[in-house]
Amino acid sequence: MSTTKTNKQPEILQAVVIRFVGDSGDGMQLTGTQFTDTSAMFGNDVATFPNYPSEIRAPKGSLYGVSGFQVHIGSVEISTPGDSVDLLVAMNPAGLKTNLASVKPGHTIIVDTDSFTKKNLGKALYESNPLEDGSLDNYRVIEVAMTSLTKETLKDVVGLENKSITRSKNMFALGMVYWMYDRSIEHTIDFFKKKFKTKPQLIEANTKVLNAGFYFSETLELIPNTYTISPAKMPKGTYRIVMGNTATAWGFLAAAEKSGLELFLGSYPITPATDILHELVKHKHFGVKAFQAEDEIAGITSSIGAAFAGDLAITTTSGPGLALKGEALGLAMMIELPLVVVNVQRGGPSTGLPTKTEQSDLLQAMYGRNGESPVIVIAASTPANCFDYAFMASKLALEHMTPVILLTDGYIANGSAPWKIKSVSEMPEISNCKIKEATENWHPYDRDEDTFARNWAIPGSEGLEHRVGGLEKDRVTGNVSYVPDNHEYMTKIRSEKVKRVANYIPDIEPEFATEGDLLVIGWGGTYGSLYSAVKEMNEEGYDKIGLAHFNYINPLPKNTEELIKRYKKVIVCELNSGQFANVLRMNFSGIEFLQHNKIQGLPFGNTELIEKFKQYLS
Amino acid sequence: MENSGVKKYTFKDFTSDQEVRWCPGCDDYVILRAMQKALPEMGVNKEDVVFISGIGCSSRFPYYIDSYGMHSIHGRAPGIASGVKLANPDLSVWIITGDGDALAIGGNHFIHLLRRNLDLNIILFNNEIYGLTKGQFSPTSLVGQKTKSSPYGNTQPPFQPVELAMGAQARFFARIGGNTPKEMTQMFIDAEKFKGTSLIEVLQNCVIFNDGCFTKYTDKSVRQDMQLVVEHGKPMIFGKERNKGIILNGLKLEVVTIGENGITEADLLVHDAKEQDPTLHQMLGRMQDPIVTGIIRAFEDVTLEEREDALTAEVKAKSKFKKVDDLLFAGETYQVD
Repeated sequence: MSTTKTNKQPEILQAVVIRFVGDSGDGMQLTGTQFTDTSAMFGNDVATFPNYPSEIRAPKGSLYGVSGFQVHIGSVEISTPGDSVDLLVAMNPAGLKTNLASVKPGHTIIVDTDSFTKKNLGKALYESNPLEDGSLDNYRVIEVAMTSLTKETLKDVVGLENKSITRSKNMFALGMVYWMYDRSIEHTIDFFKKKFKTKPQLIEANTKVLNAGFYFSETLELIPNTYTISPAKMPKGTYRIVMGNTATAWGFLAAAEKSGLELFLGSYPITPATDILHELVKHKHFGVKAFQAEDEIAGITSSIGAAFAGDLAITTTSGPGLALKGEALGLAMMIELPLVVVNVQRGGPSTGLPTKTEQSDLLQAMYGRNGESPVIVIAASTPANCFDYAFMASKLALEHMTPVILLTDGYIANGSAPWKIKSVSEMPEISNCKIKEATENWHPYDRDEDTFARNWAIPGSEGLEHRVGGLEKDRVTGNVSYVPDNHEYMTKIRSEKVKRVANYIPDIEPEFATEGDLLVIGWGGTYGSLYSAVKEMNEEGYDKIGLAHFNYINPLPKNTEELIKRYKKVIVCELNSGQFANVLRMNFSGIEFLQHNKIQGLPFGNTELIEKFKQYLS
Repeated sequence: MENSGVKKYTFKDFTSDQEVRWCPGCDDYVILRAMQKALPEMGVNKEDVVFISGIGCSSRFPYYIDSYGMHSIHGRAPGIASGVKLANPDLSVWIITGDGDALAIGGNHFIHLLRRNLDLNIILFNNEIYGLTKGQFSPTSLVGQKTKSSPYGNTQPPFQPVELAMGAQARFFARIGGNTPKEMTQMFIDAEKFKGTSLIEVLQNCVIFNDGCFTKYTDKSVRQDMQLVVEHGKPMIFGKERNKGIILNGLKLEVVTIGENGITEADLLVHDAKEQDPTLHQMLGRMQDPIVTGIIRAFEDVTLEEREDALTAEVKAKSKFKKVDDLLFAGETYQVD
């Protein structure tokens, strides 16, 4: 961005990355969300990355209490929230300190000078004031006394507490950014009207401050120009901005309606999965039975009970919760009931990094149970397709009579993106294995010849009374059996049942080069990062690099090996130490799987990926 | 459950083809038989009956009843049963559990189940020992009790299930000796008829690892003197001669003899199982000489499924969302042309 322009004609940009940072009580998530929604409604493609501490209100001004929200908007396709930042809005010194390294040199930083007090500088461990010591010379710094301007703006509004006044300074910042990027403030004003329906003084106050920020920028000589980002070319349709967790919840609603079953959720709050519970509890109008249990174990066991009684049953959790659910998941596998377990992965091990992202539960999902207890494992890869994979997880569970683990992660669960809304009528049909009445010689472990799914006889059905349990079952009657051959047979058939799911899932389709020098392999939430890196390389002329991104992990798509062998080199990129690479090695011997791994609680950056891929191409 | 259209059954209809595998002489046989006799009297169809158990000797129970059943994992029957009941409130749901299953590994689920008050039934087989793992002390074993895991005597003070239950707001608590099948059958029927979570503690003798643990209360020769069988609305009288009774003296329950010190039947406490305040119920449950059996507490309250149903109906009536598409396309959507 140049600073020489003096006219007010907006400069056209293709894409821009903006990050709002402040204390965890400063409303940065709300500010970022508002900017995102406004931009999406304007027609931009968007991707977001909220990054916040696990403390709810960390001590004010502290470095670890900084909450940030990054949004990438463009007139071009946007598949990640972006690496480095074009505009940083820092509400305090701690926010500036922890985020400065991400700002592109020469680019803009807006600061609230009122917060750069001696006390706050000290809390941010600044020895001198960065606004005065020349350390920001490489940036264009816009200094605004936001807190005092906000107070001044609101001095005549009746019925406001001091706290509400200072809290609305984030709207001053938002107003400024709206002006800089040529955005309308109307959407946000509508939002105030809805949010503060019963508190008219807050509608007035927030609107005033938003306007004040907007017009302040117009008159401020420090902002010589505005920018505009034209609408992106996206397929025609009705869109909305959706967060991954919301999309996951909606995918289950759609699956319940499509399958004609009632949806039961047994869950216990855990970051970053709780928003799925928050969403589903709202939907009693669809008959959703959302049960907040006393712990993770009761979350899954209540779901197992509901599945036994004939509901579409799901349970939602994150890594530590999946560990607690392990034994019960083994039971669900053993008694062969349909059940979906969502694991919104976070940084592990143990409590790990609750609010940060990681893909380190893959092997737990695959093997984290006693005995040999295979389940279907699938992974969503974008905020929007959480909808599709929640739906597919339900479909596979019901049609194959087996638990399914759906892996998402904090990055796509909390990230948001435009979603071309899918009507339930567009979704594939879902059948199930319920039987209404006993035929002659009926047994609870009678299986479908193709899928090996057993039939689903639910309580209330006359003549189908039967017992199931965690003890090994006789292959026909389902009665307890310790017969050695039977145990081997049952172990194999449970495994084969999951393997046969490969006949019902799509082949993996590579993107960009369909054969060539380098195949980039990823799975789950890293899709956006890998896609944009491989795309950028192809645009640079590297046309022998392809991307195979997996959503189906267990079983793998049937053409996986054939696909991999079309490339000279294969690199598996994961936010863990190489778990999927090892799964591939176990399945396909004689292939060298290179690895690129990152274990920092953060998504891949574009630059790091491209550098890595170029190394392997040279 | 609607009584109309209920089929007629005998105990044989509820007897599965599985061979019962408890030790000879175990009270579990008595409980099973009492249940098989009670089920035809409950006014429920066989296909609507679901037994859920955890792990332990008692937890094999569902295999032997010809209805729907699940032998699940250790301590987790309450969660599974809650899911079954919430998914289909029309079912008659029974939890079969033991002192280890319910009060040790499943203690957390047990208390939350009671507080929520779903309309289901729990049979707690209390034998003050771990049987299936061959003789370790349980959360109801007595201090000093010598077991395989306490060869010098147990040092961990026990729970009284009644105290745990009352602390968790149990609406129905009953207790019965494992050797009184007729009364047990009736108690199971009463539990099913009670709307809300019914908890029945069966004092169940383990012939192998804790034989005789309740003999001083349950043996025929002493039963009448050592058990006060309470009945709602009746004075608290017991004893072979039917001349002993209970009065409230200050904050304590006291055993008195009718005809001594001017005590008449009119002075005795009259049992009120339906009283909301559980204080007296808990005091009765804690008594040691005699112990109290029968339905100690039966306070009818709103059930969880009633609350859920009412809320769902209310939300449904108000909501503009009839189909999932109504939700997906509502709110902040925008068109790309």
